[in-house]
Amino acid sequence: MSEILIKNASVCDPFQGIDCEKMDLCIRNGKIVESVSSKAKVIDAKGRLTLAGGFDGHTHSAGKINVGRFMNPNDARRNPVPGLSGKVARTEKTRAQVGYNTPNTYAIGYRYAKLGYTTICEAAMPPLSARHTHEEFKEIPILDKMGLTLLGSNWQVMEYIRDKEPEKLAAYVAWALKASRGYGIKIVNPGGGEAWGWGRNVSGLYDPVPNFEVTPAEILIELGKANEKLNLPHSVHVHCNNLGHPGNYETTLETMKLFEKIKPSQERQSLHVTHVQFNAYAGTSWRDFETGAPMVSDYINQAKHLTFDMGQLIFGPAVTMTADGPVEYANSRMLHEKWSNQDVELEDASGVVPLSYSPKSFVNAVQWAIGLELALLVKDPWKVMFTTDSPNGGSFVNYPEVVTYLMSAKKREEVYSGFSELALGKMVLPEIDRELSFSELAVMTRAIQSKMYGRPEKGKLTIGADADIAIYELVPEKIDPSVEHEKVKQAFSATAYTFKDGKLVVKEGNIEASPMGKTYWVNADVPERVDSAMQKDLELKFKKYYTVSKSNYMVEDEYLPNPVEITTKGDF
Amino acid sequence: MPVIKNAVCSLCGCLCDDITVTVDEENKITKIENACILGHSKFQGMFEHERIETPMIRKAGKLVSVSYEEALETAAKILVNSKRTLSYGWCSTSCEAISKAIQLAEETGSLIDSTANVCHGPSALAAQEKGSPGATLGEIKNRADLIIFWGCNPVHAHPRHLSRYSSFSKGFFVPRGRKERKMLVIDVRKTDTAKLADKYVEIEQGADLLLITALRSIINGHEEVIPEKVAGVSKEELLELAKLMKEAKFLCVFFGMGVTQSRSKYKNGDGVASLISDLNQHTKAVMIGMRGHYNVTGFGQVATWETGFPMAIDFAKGYPYYNPGETGANDVLVREEVDAAIIAAADPGAHFPQKALRQLAKIPLIQIDPYANPTTELADVVFPTAVVGIEAEGSAYRMDAISIRMKKLIETKFKTDEEIAKDLIEKVRELKRG
Repeated sequence: MSEILIKNASVCDPFQGIDCEKMDLCIRNGKIVESVSSKAKVIDAKGRLTLAGGFDGHTHSAGKINVGRFMNPNDARRNPVPGLSGKVARTEKTRAQVGYNTPNTYAIGYRYAKLGYTTICEAAMPPLSARHTHEEFKEIPILDKMGLTLLGSNWQVMEYIRDKEPEKLAAYVAWALKASRGYGIKIVNPGGGEAWGWGRNVSGLYDPVPNFEVTPAEILIELGKANEKLNLPHSVHVHCNNLGHPGNYETTLETMKLFEKIKPSQERQSLHVTHVQFNAYAGTSWRDFETGAPMVSDYINQAKHLTFDMGQLIFGPAVTMTADGPVEYANSRMLHEKWSNQDVELEDASGVVPLSYSPKSFVNAVQWAIGLELALLVKDPWKVMFTTDSPNGGSFVNYPEVVTYLMSAKKREEVYSGFSELALGKMVLPEIDRELSFSELAVMTRAIQSKMYGRPEKGKLTIGADADIAIYELVPEKIDPSVEHEKVKQAFSATAYTFKDGKLVVKEGNIEASPMGKTYWVNADVPERVDSAMQKDLELKFKKYYTVSKSNYMVEDEYLPNPVEITTKGDF
Repeated sequence: MPVIKNAVCSLCGCLCDDITVTVDEENKITKIENACILGHSKFQGMFEHERIETPMIRKAGKLVSVSYEEALETAAKILVNSKRTLSYGWCSTSCEAISKAIQLAEETGSLIDSTANVCHGPSALAAQEKGSPGATLGEIKNRADLIIFWGCNPVHAHPRHLSRYSSFSKGFFVPRGRKERKMLVIDVRKTDTAKLADKYVEIEQGADLLLITALRSIINGHEEVIPEKVAGVSKEELLELAKLMKEAKFLCVFFGMGVTQSRSKYKNGDGVASLISDLNQHTKAVMIGMRGHYNVTGFGQVATWETGFPMAIDFAKGYPYYNPGETGANDVLVREEVDAAIIAAADPGAHFPQKALRQLAKIPLIQIDPYANPTTELADVVFPTAVVGIEAEGSAYRMDAISIRMKKLIETKFKTDEEIAKDLIEKVRELKRG
């Protein structure tokens, strides 16, 4: 029995309505408990800010990121954020580390932990390559992990929607989650992945997918219904059509509106729209490109059924990686950049292109502003998830920088004062003076994720929660984040302590231990009758079209050294 | 007798996973269905070829049988006493073993490199220049109406490639298979693959880059700059080729060592990637490297996620350093820079240039392999090991970077590569602790 008593913590836990109050936290066997014995190890937090472990709900940290590493060996040596990037020799406690946007697996675990994060969700996992994602998960130390299964251009999905077979569709989704050990449904540019199989794309929600006679709108709505039929812990997680196109905010609004009629099966959203920064563009071309954030946030402010994440941009090098194959090809042609592509049979597309965002580019400057506008114009922090869509908007190691953008209008002004008049005229950020509190920040970085993903043991410090805790080197009442943003950034760059399941993993910014985290996956129960009918169709797919046999497709137990199976029962 | 279905063939980069294997009471494979001649002889060879039966150490010039403990101790001492060790190979083994090999290299400050050093290494360099626009093999099976084999000869090197994944396979949009696909072969000699093609283009040796560049010029609308003959191919034929490519609905270029290891090396792969990108302005095009060893792709994958780099990784400074040309296996051997070597699941003795081999002969060499091969003649410590994919399970990556779990089909007395690498890590730690 291991016990720890954290004394004098300035706890900020939005779930309990505790806003930087001095209190003690008791830990026993990896959980937060009421009290501990006198034998407990005592740690004095000295009034420092204490939050539940951070939870990155949308990051590209296993699988496709390897293509990014492979084609950008130069990234391994980059060190723009000292302490959180670049090459680091092995030590007795840590493996060797490299990289910035595409760090090696060990660096991902250590660096997230240094930022006070303890859980990540890999945002895109095609079932056929899910084994690869889990192989990387195995080598990411400390963190708990989950992966979202890509289903938005899947043949079996589209055929069941076309043939109006909602029960079989749900059964297939349940099977795909089981086969890939996935946590939820990811939809990327619905239908666009299949169109990209022919070098084409879909232009909007009602542009039919070539050869499959379904529209992106149908894919979205039917997968949304299947998600609720299966009582999945997370909602559908959507990367909208037309990502990166001027004027795309209209598609984004249409997508959001589609889900007004979907009733969530749990106490959560029925739709999560991801990296909305890339999907909140107004204008008709790159000439008259401007922010669409006011229109999108107006809608979100009155909507009750959705959450979104920012996809904040960071100036400097980034690596874009997405299942949105046509977007990556377009990026590479526009920017004359190298281009990797990987279309996955019967399932989806994907691409990887490195790029660099510059404040001198008016488009990049406006993109930078849009992410922040969305986070600040949406009034309720319980709708906003903090992300950079790492490493698409920029690497997660820049999260401390983004924290200062949200907490300090002065800091934002320092950045945008360097923008051109042209850029400033296309954004509304300078008119926004809102500055987030620590409590609001805690919502966006850990609490909302607990709710969104249906993981009640995460993102909070209530009795019974996982003892994933971050203590930051700052005393809330002694700091004015609005002015002292540099101190805030420093504090958020390396925790004083990070605990993972009650184990001390980071102390004063140094890795103390690297236990193996858990992998969450969802096993949704489907009645035998429906499942066997669906299996017949699936057998045919494997017999005729897949190049891997069905039994070799399923991710085996060996790839989940520390699995947590979440079971749900479908409504059939 | 147990019949194991959907076994994975651990021979080439096709990693066929539809093999049926029958095992008798005496732990022997008696029947192998669906495998090609190469795969068949790998399964069968288990019972026909002599194995290295016990660990061995070279004493007074001769390899003699020793206990596992003694071999382990001797090998670990070599690693601990070495200032600069080369760890090489690790391609005909599992990803799990590769992972341990990388950890061993990291802990001993070694260099680690794979067989890509003498194979598709230039393809990695090309991807670092221009990216790697690919697809899974099922995309080719289901969509491709034009298949190009460039500098490769799958009929002999990847015998089931044509029937499972490419020319002869049937797919969703290509239900009649070969009848609906065009097959084009570009090579310097009329191979057996070329004999099956609709069109064979014979080019001058080492002139691939010229041909690629000419095709790109035509596809990008600059046919007027093309001379009457390029790479031994007439302008007329080049125009015809470019037309064939542009008019295809979905094309794939499968490229082999004829592209990666001929003159212009990585620039050829760079050129093919650029050609694919240009073709996507007109149609759908992808490229896939014809990887040889069944898990050489896996080495690249594992090394990349664990160290940031796919090959030629130098841990001398404690962190991974990568500079192929400087840190590749042959680079450090030819420069006589390494003073010990550990070689697993590969045979440099048969494939490396003489100068590199002379250095390998001079230094203490640890070999981990199921069978004796020319490298054994140079080895000072030899660990016999289980054959992965037959006697041991584990992950491998197909040539299109799809991970597949190989099965254990029969029992074995031999330790796996992974276990040996793990034991070496432990032993080295023990010796370092003193």
